[in-house]
Amino acid sequence: MRRIVFVTLTTVTALVLLFSYHTSTNSAKVASTPAVRPRGSSGPAAATYTGEVGDTLWGPVQVRITVRGGKITLSEAVQYPKQNRRDVEISGTALPILNQEAVQRQSAAIDTVSGATLTSDGYQRSLQSAIDKAHL
Amino acid sequence: MGMPISIHVRGADVDSPTVAQGVEAAFALLREADRLFSTYQRDSEICRIRRGELDPTQADPLVRQVMTLCQEAGELTRGAFTCLLPDVDGVLRFDPAGLVKGWAASRAACRLADLPGFRYCLNAGGDVVVGGTDDEAGGEPGAPWRVGIENPRDRSQIAEVVELQHGAVATSGTAARGAHLYDPARGTFVDRTGSVTVVGPDLMWADVWATALFVGPASLHGLFSEVADGYRVISL
Repeated sequence: MRRIVFVTLTTVTALVLLFSYHTSTNSAKVASTPAVRPRGSSGPAAATYTGEVGDTLWGPVQVRITVRGGKITLSEAVQYPKQNRRDVEISGTALPILNQEAVQRQSAAIDTVSGATLTSDGYQRSLQSAIDKAHL
Repeated sequence: MGMPISIHVRGADVDSPTVAQGVEAAFALLREADRLFSTYQRDSEICRIRRGELDPTQADPLVRQVMTLCQEAGELTRGAFTCLLPDVDGVLRFDPAGLVKGWAASRAACRLADLPGFRYCLNAGGDVVVGGTDDEAGGEPGAPWRVGIENPRDRSQIAEVVELQHGAVATSGTAARGAHLYDPARGTFVDRTGSVTVVGPDLMWADVWATALFVGPASLHGLFSEVADGYRVISL
């Protein structure tokens, strides 16, 4: 059984405005950076997929996953919020845990997540985006 | 904040034009909802209604439908769910965004349900709706989708997994956007930790109940058990 996933950048761009709640720290819109094309072959060799940039209240988070033999073998945060000490603090604790989690979660075969949030939200969305692109 | 919407389709021949058309139809419905309800597009019908420039009775039928649903949701939840929210100046104004999210995603998913022989999972910013049948499983729903519910106190962890073949999962809480959920009874935004997840047949109503149960009094759980047939709650 094959599966395929669809994510449209235009929908992300259009809907980011609709579903933003008004908060006191309401900030910039999602970056419109187009997704990086996968590099490397998609056969038995590893292929690297970079997710779309996920915006958070504190800045962009983007994740790159490496897929080998249809399994995620490595997750890396390519950019993460580091504008102030608090950002780095949160990213410092949240991202390494999530790197492991991302790989473990994939092996636990979670298809999707309900309740993703903030910095983790940016990461999670980006991971989902990366998984979508890998057509896992 | 960004809210990407992803659609997963499973089944044989997912590369077919039929599937691509169904998915495109789903996204088209979501864009339509954005056009009507975006509070960031000055000329959207919702903005014009909020400024008093458009009489609601003259609005698009979909806008009027949402307004009716907002009223029903408020009545059903004894006022815990509301679409009258404080604007930046503190004045209560009609803001159906909380209801539109689940409503629009649910409508979009209907386009996927129209695809015979395929299963789908649509995730709209944490609101999830799944369904369909799988020709490879003899027209049965097939293996369930595994929906992870995030632990609101440790966002790197999954607290529970819900297995679902048909239905919806909606989660409300403060871990995402801070105190953005409004309690109309107290006139304040709710700041407690934790989350409420509702699983049930329809995403819009699951979302309404998740919000209502998060902001409302504990006694609302009793009403939920009585009237929300087919829905269950997970409080974290």
